[in-house]
Amino acid sequence: MMEKTFDLVIIGAGPAGMAAAVEAAGHKLSVLVLDEQPEAGGQIYRSVNTTERLRPETYALLGDDYQNGKKLQLSFHQTSVTYLSGTVVWLVESDRTVHFLRNGSTNQVTASRLLVATGAQERPVPIPGWTLPGVMGAAAADVLMKSSGVIPSGKIVLAGNGPLLWLTASRLAEAKAEILAVLETINYSNYLRALPCLPQALLANEFLLKGLRMKSVVRKAGIEVLSGVTNLHAEGEEHLQKLHYTHQGKPRIIDVDTLLLHEGVVPNIQLSSQLGCEHDWYELQYYWHPVLDEWGNTSIDGVAVAGDVGIVAGAPVAEASGHLAGLDTAYRLDRISKKQRDDAAKFFRKKIKHNNAIRPFLERLYSPNPEILTPKEDSTLICRCEEITAGQIRKSVELGALDLNGAKAYTRCGMGQCQGRMCGLAAAGIVADTLGKSPREVGFYRGRPPVKPVTLAQLAKDENETIVS
Amino acid sequence: MLKRYGKSRGKTVSIWFEGQPIQAHEGESVAAALLTSGVKYLRHAQVSAKPRAPYCWMGVCYECLLEIDGEQNQQSCLIAVKDGMRIFRQSSAAENT
Ligand SMILES: Cc1cc2nc3c(=O)[nH]c(=O)nc-3n(C[C@H](O)[C@H](O)[C@H](O)COP(=O)(O)OP(=O)(O)OC[C@H]3O[C@@H](n4cnc5c(N)ncnc54)[C@H](O)[C@@H]3O)c2cc1C
Ligand code: FES
Repeated sequence: MMEKTFDLVIIGAGPAGMAAAVEAAGHKLSVLVLDEQPEAGGQIYRSVNTTERLRPETYALLGDDYQNGKKLQLSFHQTSVTYLSGTVVWLVESDRTVHFLRNGSTNQVTASRLLVATGAQERPVPIPGWTLPGVMGAAAADVLMKSSGVIPSGKIVLAGNGPLLWLTASRLAEAKAEILAVLETINYSNYLRALPCLPQALLANEFLLKGLRMKSVVRKAGIEVLSGVTNLHAEGEEHLQKLHYTHQGKPRIIDVDTLLLHEGVVPNIQLSSQLGCEHDWYELQYYWHPVLDEWGNTSIDGVAVAGDVGIVAGAPVAEASGHLAGLDTAYRLDRISKKQRDDAAKFFRKKIKHNNAIRPFLERLYSPNPEILTPKEDSTLICRCEEITAGQIRKSVELGALDLNGAKAYTRCGMGQCQGRMCGLAAAGIVADTLGKSPREVGFYRGRPPVKPVTLAQLAKDENETIVS
Repeated sequence: MLKRYGKSRGKTVSIWFEGQPIQAHEGESVAAALLTSGVKYLRHAQVSAKPRAPYCWMGVCYECLLEIDGEQNQQSCLIAVKDGMRIFRQSSAAENT
């Protein structure tokens, strides 16, 4: 069996992972970076090199925010770092042995220190009918533009809330896609709640301006924008055909081919929870995240976290937090002194502070829609893999389930291929609501290996393969 | 229902879906290439056998699972097309019973 040791193994080559690798390699650490995508970049800079090379129109459409990723990607590739693309990490042990799947066979390495930089995923939006072909995530549509240069055809509606909803809407509007409407699930009370945080947000006013620019692109394209939309319901036989919703107390129906849903993004905590790191519930944005010190270290010795997997704060903060984790690794492995670490960290801490100024405002304005946090209709599918409904989850509580893992045992909700990534938060919301508790009290799925499916044949192929970069 | 954006694309490659040839372009994911060619769904739900299509496009939802070149359960949103690739839908548990 192949056995190889690195000073630092980083899982995820997004802005956080790439920045940490650049920092650590700069201090002469041996670094291995593993990422399941074909190209380094993470979600924001997905396929930036391929897009520039093969799809110039899409590259132009995606603009500066995307193209800027080239710089980080370039400095990442100029380091001595060993980088394996198309590599899925499916198990990490607390002694920092990392098991991964690549080209159909499994392999493993050990790390003196481990950095989990697995980013965020779009929060699933379980409305009635969300499993119909034609319904997908709005950030998913954005990823599709980046990874394949493909956009929805036919009539499109975007529904939900958050900066990435507007980003996708504005990019699709610029691509002249046929958008019928943007239906926001927030209302004036969100604005009231966010208002006290506006002065602080103005310290990072470039983000507010960006937001206003995206909205003006959508409005200039003549697209209808409604706020305070409720009761979203997708309808169709084999494919999405109609969207039902309520606006200002009136039910409405429109014919639509593609529905793009978005209610923010949430940390991708499969690996940190499988490792047994301590997690906490973030009430404002309604998600679990690992508990970290100021360098990103978790409760497990030698395991740190950087980027959106720690707390969702966007690419610039992810990148800066990657540098902090890289610096701390260099210090702990005796490459730099405490003072060198602390001095170098100042620049990145300043950057984080500046970028985070907008967060209290955004997080209050764009709080996730309560209708999808605890879906009310019993027939709504929550677990897409095992096809478990909200009603079945409620029933499991009546039968005696005391927490989320109890409901999982009763219903199989969360036991499918996605390992609870799609159902976890909504199922927890339903269990908590039925028990009259808070989601914090009902817990989250225990992250069990493999966090991504691995077949016996793949395990059998674990060979004395050597790693090539 | 998806379409390609922009005229310049990578070079053309041929893939086979359920025995039918489909034209795609270098640098596209298998799932994207299929859905732009008029394929409406990629898998059947486990229990109800209802049609499903990609939801997350980033490796989270497993709605894009296909058999690719003889390997089952491939996340086709993460895999780039290659000339001559042979792709099939998988049967759901519901269909097997
Ligand atoms: C779908 C989506 C689209 C987004 N688009 C934008 C955008 O256009 N603009 C913007 O400002 N922000 C966007 N964001 C927000 C984004 O999360 C941050 O801006 C930024 O990408 C976070 O950087 P990161 O390095 O923390 O994580 P990410 O960029 O998410 O990188 C994490 C990496 O880890 C890899 N990974 C995860 N799990 C595993 C595993 N088990 N094995 C191997 N590799 C793994 C992933 O493939 C990914 O490349 C998007 C978020 C999502 C979820
Ligand atoms: S579309 Fe979700 S995993 Fe491929």
